[in-house]
Amino acid sequence: MIVPQFEYLVPQSLQEACALLGQHGSKAKVLSGGSDLIVKMKNGLAKPDYLVSLKNLDELKGVRYEAGTGVIIGSRTTHNQVIANPILREKYPSVCAAAATMAAYQIRNIGTIGGNLVNAVPSADMPPILIALGAQARIVGTAGERVVRVEDFFLGPGRTVLGQDEILAELVIPDQATTGSNYVKFGLRRAGALAVVGVASSVTMAGDVAKDVRIILGAVAPIPMVAREAENVLRGKKVSDDLIQHAGKVAAVESKPINDIRGSAEYRRNLVDVLTRRSLKAAIEKGHV
Amino acid sequence: MVTEAKTSVKRHIVTLTVNGDEHVALVKANTTLLDLLREEFDYTGTKKGCELGDCGACTVMLDGEPVNSCLILAVEADGHSVTTIEGLDQNGKLDPVQEAFVNHGAIQCGYCSPGMILSGRALLNRNPHPTEREVREAIAGNLCRCTGYVRIVEAILAAADANS
Repeated sequence: MIVPQFEYLVPQSLQEACALLGQHGSKAKVLSGGSDLIVKMKNGLAKPDYLVSLKNLDELKGVRYEAGTGVIIGSRTTHNQVIANPILREKYPSVCAAAATMAAYQIRNIGTIGGNLVNAVPSADMPPILIALGAQARIVGTAGERVVRVEDFFLGPGRTVLGQDEILAELVIPDQATTGSNYVKFGLRRAGALAVVGVASSVTMAGDVAKDVRIILGAVAPIPMVAREAENVLRGKKVSDDLIQHAGKVAAVESKPINDIRGSAEYRRNLVDVLTRRSLKAAIEKGHV
Repeated sequence: MVTEAKTSVKRHIVTLTVNGDEHVALVKANTTLLDLLREEFDYTGTKKGCELGDCGACTVMLDGEPVNSCLILAVEADGHSVTTIEGLDQNGKLDPVQEAFVNHGAIQCGYCSPGMILSGRALLNRNPHPTEREVREAIAGNLCRCTGYVRIVEAILAAADANS
């Protein structure tokens, strides 16, 4: 199994990387971890003439906290680095837990959080929890920097808002009032399995009133889907088991799953119902987990 | 569209420390770390299985962390340090994980063993006393079609006990 030939470019700065991408257009692809891209190239699903490696851009690695901004995750941070990061473990263990549902240990040492987003697979595990926490994507291009909500980052399977000369540089989880969040995934195995359905939620509780609720569904629409109607079932209400039950049903109805090798649309709808209820209950009762 | 005729393929110098020894090679950009280790440096203990990052037979430690060498380009590993199964023994004495695999019958056909042992060793390096669940999670990316995993898990747990 052979990786098709390409020209290997190693920029020394983010600006140089963007310039190379702009220069080569659709013939170039960004190489971050490579756990998706190299597989696609071996399978003949991608045949870039140029790979722009980010390996020397250390500024895209790691997690830091900036007061007034929030937790900033470099796009080249690997999943295992996300899982082990003390700042995330303290503030948003739900992000670490979501990363831990992915693939297997070796792949989590290779794959990066930026790659997981830019690849834009409908079943990707990081987007739902990041959207639930209101995360933003810092995008750098030849013309400068812009910030896009992760919620608005995806256009369709494999498609994002990134322009040809743009690179996803960082993810920002802003300081927030949420009191709980989590990601619940159902895969056909515990490891090495894509989500059949994944549900992330966050809640902002004031006593037993849900001041705000976010419910994000993965693998049941072309892009991570905000279950707006289900959110409205709970938003501003006093939470009860009945209301959570109802939110699950509403989320199942508004989801748009397809039949595929991992599950039928009908099965997925049922999973959305069950997982939404589980996720909401945990977010309300257990905090950020 | 006219494709440019490729008259020559550019090669890159890659310097790699493998099991403590520095190696230098001239590789094409599309060479994987796995092929560099096996074909250029003769570290054939690293096995080639699915080549898509599913089976874990090609597992090596890159700067101490287990990775699938079939998914990493050799040029990306330039300047880094790799440990293969050939590098685990100390002065001819097997690593405790290797020893435990032998004693517990955790090796049948042996094809998964190098990757399995390296995943086990990496686990014990970061967590000297794992639970059975933690062992199973650590080797979730290493497929074995012979043993049913029971003896492999036993062996890694036994090697952990031998640590204490």
